[in-house]
Amino acid sequence: MSADTTTPAKVPPPRQAPPPPLAPTPRGKRMSGGAGTPWLLLAPCLLILGLVLGYPLVRLVTLSFQKFGQSQLWGFQPADWVGFDNFTGILDDGEFWAVVVRTVVFAAGCVIFTMVAGMLIALLLQQVSGWVKILINIALVASWGMPIVVATTVFKWLFDADYGILNAVLSKLPGVDLIGHNWFASGPQGLAVIMLLVVWGAVPFVVITLSAGLTQVPQELEEAARLDGAGAWNVFRYVTLPILKPIIVMLTTLSVIWDMGVFPQVFVMRGGHPEPEFQLLTTYSYDRAFVVNDYAQGSAIALLTVLLLLGVVAVYMRQMLKIGEVE
Amino acid sequence: MSTLTTPGQTPGVTPALRKSKAGWNVLGLLVFLTAGFPVYWMLNTAFKPAKDAIDPDPSLLPTGFTLSNFSRALDIADFWGPVGRSLIVSLAVVVIGIVVGMLAALAISRFAFRGRKVVIVGILAVQMIPLVAMIIPVFLLLNDLDQYDKLSGLIITYLTFILPFTVWTLRGFIVNIPKELEEAAMVDGCSRTSAFIRVVFPLLAPGMVATSVYAFIQAWNEYLYALMLLSQKNQTATVWLGNFTTKHGTEYAPMMAGSTMMAVPIVVLFLLVQRKMAAGLTAGAVKG
Repeated sequence: MSADTTTPAKVPPPRQAPPPPLAPTPRGKRMSGGAGTPWLLLAPCLLILGLVLGYPLVRLVTLSFQKFGQSQLWGFQPADWVGFDNFTGILDDGEFWAVVVRTVVFAAGCVIFTMVAGMLIALLLQQVSGWVKILINIALVASWGMPIVVATTVFKWLFDADYGILNAVLSKLPGVDLIGHNWFASGPQGLAVIMLLVVWGAVPFVVITLSAGLTQVPQELEEAARLDGAGAWNVFRYVTLPILKPIIVMLTTLSVIWDMGVFPQVFVMRGGHPEPEFQLLTTYSYDRAFVVNDYAQGSAIALLTVLLLLGVVAVYMRQMLKIGEVE
Repeated sequence: MSTLTTPGQTPGVTPALRKSKAGWNVLGLLVFLTAGFPVYWMLNTAFKPAKDAIDPDPSLLPTGFTLSNFSRALDIADFWGPVGRSLIVSLAVVVIGIVVGMLAALAISRFAFRGRKVVIVGILAVQMIPLVAMIIPVFLLLNDLDQYDKLSGLIITYLTFILPFTVWTLRGFIVNIPKELEEAAMVDGCSRTSAFIRVVFPLLAPGMVATSVYAFIQAWNEYLYALMLLSQKNQTATVWLGNFTTKHGTEYAPMMAGSTMMAVPIVVLFLLVQRKMAAGLTAGAVKG
């Protein structure tokens, strides 16, 4: 169960490492076969993905340029093309920009806290005794494995205004009286609680991946740096960090993508109807489509979200190509 | 922060080192308590009498033991119906995902062909589209296909995120099996198919099991599509948890009992495959 035994083998080798012994030996052709065989094997997969992913993706784009409400859904009226009307409608709306800013701040907070906490815990795991390591790993895997909806429900209970354990415990501190304090009365406070929930769920993956990465850092390098008089911080900054960089870039990009897509946490926490000050891009798009019944504008918002993420996805893909996962 | 990398990991133990270790251990225990507390509190609330759950001065330690919250949770709304539906959906998704995913994974890991890289990059990129963004067109698609509020509709929808995951993870496991093994078998007269079945498949089995379990967990945990694409009468297990909150308030103790019933089997499954999966996850992760 301990993380150090998890995966050392599979972690992408650091870029600075000496070239792996069997790197680009002429692989020759992989097994050659009929040229059609691979496509035949791929066919079912591509067919399914085309139907349930490709088609909706195209539809998402076309919807964004149409007028599509309740009457189009039931087929009473044809869906008319309206050009960029949906987009201008959204972009002119002050609320949309407030949502964008809130989403970016929220996601940035989640990513930063996740990565920093993940790194600190991974480093801590290297220092503690074996039994502490096992305990931490159990807690991490348990919180990682919790279904998001369950975790959200539990956090809702922890932060309950009247009977929540958090208010009760905090109120024991001198000078603090939080009994009956409603964490969700204000948007920023409520989103901070949701951020904590997201970070709590995301940290285990980061810790376990980084721990595996840390086992790959050559001890001799760190020792050499230390002998040369580098302090702990400098060893970390100039030896450990550069070696971990590919993993960190990957984890960060993944976190950005996940945290920009946070939905059930907000939705469940707010009982299915997030207040305006809790709206993130995802819930806002959902709201437009399924509450206001403007499917076209909802799609346009979703499309803008995807476009916003495209840059991050590009960084992730480049990293994957670079470390040779995709060769 | 800087202090975390202080030297002193060498096994040669001096008293000073042991002392510094104790400091780290205390810090480590704090991390353990913080990370584990939500899970502990869920279990604690689930097993304590409902009246203790709304004690204004709650005790952090367990107070009494009862299963009444569980029976209340089972009463509040049909439990086994949603669980059965979740099982059907998740199992169907896993079977289709593994079979179809295996074929595709073989194609991209054992064959050289034009467009291979495009397929790989495509499958990776597709994983990056937030599910939420797709809910509107998927809803309309199922509506058009007359699959709204049907388990079959949910099953094909889940394949959007399960299939790229299985393809990518299985690919990772296949790549780790040396090609030479198959080639040797083929030299010895096996056909390519039988070389695969006799040599590769047995080596792949553990990876396949882990992938299946993990895919099962993901399908089981999915919430948004289950909520949107099925009506109340067809709700799945994750959506079932919403039944504890009504306009009269929330029944927290039974809700924690319900959460426990939902979480424990999943966490146990997760514990079983976590080590095996961490490898695949580093490459093409999908949780979140």
